[in-house]
Amino acid sequence: MSSDLVGKPVTEAQPSGGARLSLRELAIRYGFLLLLAGLIVFFSLATRGFASPQAAVFILQSVSITGILALGVTATMVVGGFDLSIGSIATSAMMAAAYVMVVMEQNALVAVLVCLAIGALVGLINGLIICYMRVPDLLATLGMMFLLIGLQRIPTEGRSIAAGMTMPDGSTAAGTFSANFLALGRHRFDFFIPDLVPASVVVLIVLAVLIWFFLEYTRFGRMMYAVGSNARAAEFAGAPVKAYKIWAYVISGIFSSIGGILLAARLGRGDIASGNNLLLDAVAAALIGFAVLGAAKPNAFGTAIGALFVGVLLQGLTMMNVPYYTQDFVKGAVLVIALVFTFSLLGRNAR
Amino acid sequence: MAEGAIFRIAGLGKSFGPNDVLRGVAMELRAGEVTVLMGANGAGKSTLVKIMSGIHQADRGVMMLADAPFLPATPAEAMRAGVVTVHQNINDGVVGALDVATNLVLDRLNDTGRGIFFNPRRVRREAADVAARMGLRLDLSADVTELPLADRQMVAIARAMAHEPKVMILDEPTSSLSANEAARLFDLIDRLRARGVAILYISHRMSDIRRLADRIFSLRDGQIVGRFEEKPLDYEGAVNAMLGRNLGRSGIASRAASRPIFSAEGLLISPAGRPFSLTLGAGEVVAVTGLVGVGKTRLAETLYGIHAPLGGTMQLDGSVYRPKAPAEAIARGVFLVAKDRAQTGIVPDFNIYENMSLPFLPRFSHFGVARRRAERAKAREQIKDLKIVCRSERDDLATLSGGNQQKVTVARWLSQPSRLLILDEPFQGVDIAARHDIAAKLRESAADRATLLFLTELDEALETADRILVMSEHTIVGEHRSAEVDMERLLADVAGRGIGDAA
Repeated sequence: MSSDLVGKPVTEAQPSGGARLSLRELAIRYGFLLLLAGLIVFFSLATRGFASPQAAVFILQSVSITGILALGVTATMVVGGFDLSIGSIATSAMMAAAYVMVVMEQNALVAVLVCLAIGALVGLINGLIICYMRVPDLLATLGMMFLLIGLQRIPTEGRSIAAGMTMPDGSTAAGTFSANFLALGRHRFDFFIPDLVPASVVVLIVLAVLIWFFLEYTRFGRMMYAVGSNARAAEFAGAPVKAYKIWAYVISGIFSSIGGILLAARLGRGDIASGNNLLLDAVAAALIGFAVLGAAKPNAFGTAIGALFVGVLLQGLTMMNVPYYTQDFVKGAVLVIALVFTFSLLGRNAR
Repeated sequence: MAEGAIFRIAGLGKSFGPNDVLRGVAMELRAGEVTVLMGANGAGKSTLVKIMSGIHQADRGVMMLADAPFLPATPAEAMRAGVVTVHQNINDGVVGALDVATNLVLDRLNDTGRGIFFNPRRVRREAADVAARMGLRLDLSADVTELPLADRQMVAIARAMAHEPKVMILDEPTSSLSANEAARLFDLIDRLRARGVAILYISHRMSDIRRLADRIFSLRDGQIVGRFEEKPLDYEGAVNAMLGRNLGRSGIASRAASRPIFSAEGLLISPAGRPFSLTLGAGEVVAVTGLVGVGKTRLAETLYGIHAPLGGTMQLDGSVYRPKAPAEAIARGVFLVAKDRAQTGIVPDFNIYENMSLPFLPRFSHFGVARRRAERAKAREQIKDLKIVCRSERDDLATLSGGNQQKVTVARWLSQPSRLLILDEPFQGVDIAARHDIAAKLRESAADRATLLFLTELDEALETADRILVMSEHTIVGEHRSAEVDMERLLADVAGRGIGDAA
């Protein structure tokens, strides 16, 4: 069944749903998934220990925080926007969690709620600035990123936060990270094998399924795609365009703060220097997602696959003793290839 | 006849692929006179302008400037020879980031032989010169973007005048100006006329034409079909020629409205208009016609809640109707098939059924989850009804022809029952077959609602509507029943001779 046999598309008469795919269309649709499968097979054969449940879980864990941020930024890309502040929201949430528990001596629940509130608030402000002050999305969120990077250092005068730290006034912080909070980063659920799946991986999977269902199957998700594809047409169809855009940034903010919570729980401290790569990794995963299933547009499933792809590749290369400092190069190369694939082969202008 | 003409065109032809856009245009422009060129959309006006200004090259025919052949290969060449064009889009004529003075002398800054360094004082002095000659009283140090549209237009024209042109082409210069601003522009044009410039003035606005025209040429289907050179000028004749008199009446039996669905009292849609009233009844198809830029789209969008009316009241089904947003209009059953589907109609990333269900997703959803099966069933129904040519309801919109895309946007709003269905230029860029399909479907389904069409082409209005309303200067000025239409009076209304109150 080559593409020649299909010939010219029949304009009428053809029963709906019976569209057969040419080789090129097959390649576009399944090429990236096939490549991912190929990589997994290759690494399984080439290294010892890659094809094990532990390695699989390790890969998932390594991409969980990046993946959650990427799912959030996907929501903003769906409405035709972009959120550069995701990384700094995550690190701000991490610092806030540490501050609430260590300095203010509150429990895990308070810390989580404070983080989520910060994420939602920053997302809301982003959305308001973009929709009502007409600041272009990239610039607004770039400014917000800068602001947050600075803001998170002010309460502790630039110090990292850990239990027993010395406060600026010379006293010693009395609080500690609560055990419940740390469990978010360290607890492992049984899954056939005892203590296999870390909590962060469960959070990633739950959020991925949630946002995927929301974007693909609810009318709100559909409207968000309409806003991103042709905002004026969406407005003329009765959609409150600004509200949808603002919600997208709120979603992005909340997802980023969840990422920050998991980061704090994993580290067990509020580390001023961590989280530098979150933004770039997350954006890369979301953009790689354009190429998955030939979507040529932001989509949750693609984003998840994009994050996984990067995780598999890095883990495999590491196990083959490729030095760590090549990692960013590899990620960048994958991103460029995926983008070329998306925009040249699909010939459709995403965004 | 062509004695004393400074610019002459004869037998000018231009084709784009199989389309003959210009088919032997002959025209003369005289120094110190304003020659108005009228033509409906697609008559070939812009192609003619582009050839004269060196953007396109003609396939056939000759152009003579002051008895020498004029064959510009680039816009710069046309400009050097003395033919300058001020294009319709005002912002193409000025550079927003620069001040007025720099804009006025911008072209000279590009001259070869000019020094490398920018001398602000010299620029200011030269600009003051240009401004004084044109009688412009503007703050030369102001940023162009801070000026009102009319002033920007003046700057663009003054800048064009800096070339000492023999011929100036003004392409719909008043299309975004208010009446006061236009009056100032006309004074400037008078000054150009006095300086002996031959002006080609392209416009749809009858008030402009009455004020300025020394001669009128009507362009239709790529040919000059009417020349009006003797005063008093026959304005109605010019409109007739431009619209064509072979208005094929395809025997529409006018239906009388049974009961009113929508009414408006003292409606004012623009500061440039006057209040008017409007009643639309169940089952009738009403067309609003009028030249480009008379406020048809403004009225359509006002009824749909995109703009608030400046005055007056509206009633729908006997209760007050004052929508603040399209969502409110849709909820009340007022739908708009908007003009220019690419801008405001279709969502290019969506397939057919997603485009059709877009405004009605809440009705297709259970607890927020879209029911695709219902959407697709509805879409299949509409595809069959309107004879949309496609493989299936999951085809991407981009794979459809223009006519079929338009059918999809119309089908979207026919898929649910409405009280008032408004269609703004629904036949734009649609071939005759598709136009007939759409018109037939509209008339066939019109029984329980009021249908309001906005159409610039008179033929289309006569072909589809029971009643025709004529708009001029943001006001409805005339009403005609299609069955016993008096063409003379209708064309007089279109040309802006209507008497104040109607409809």
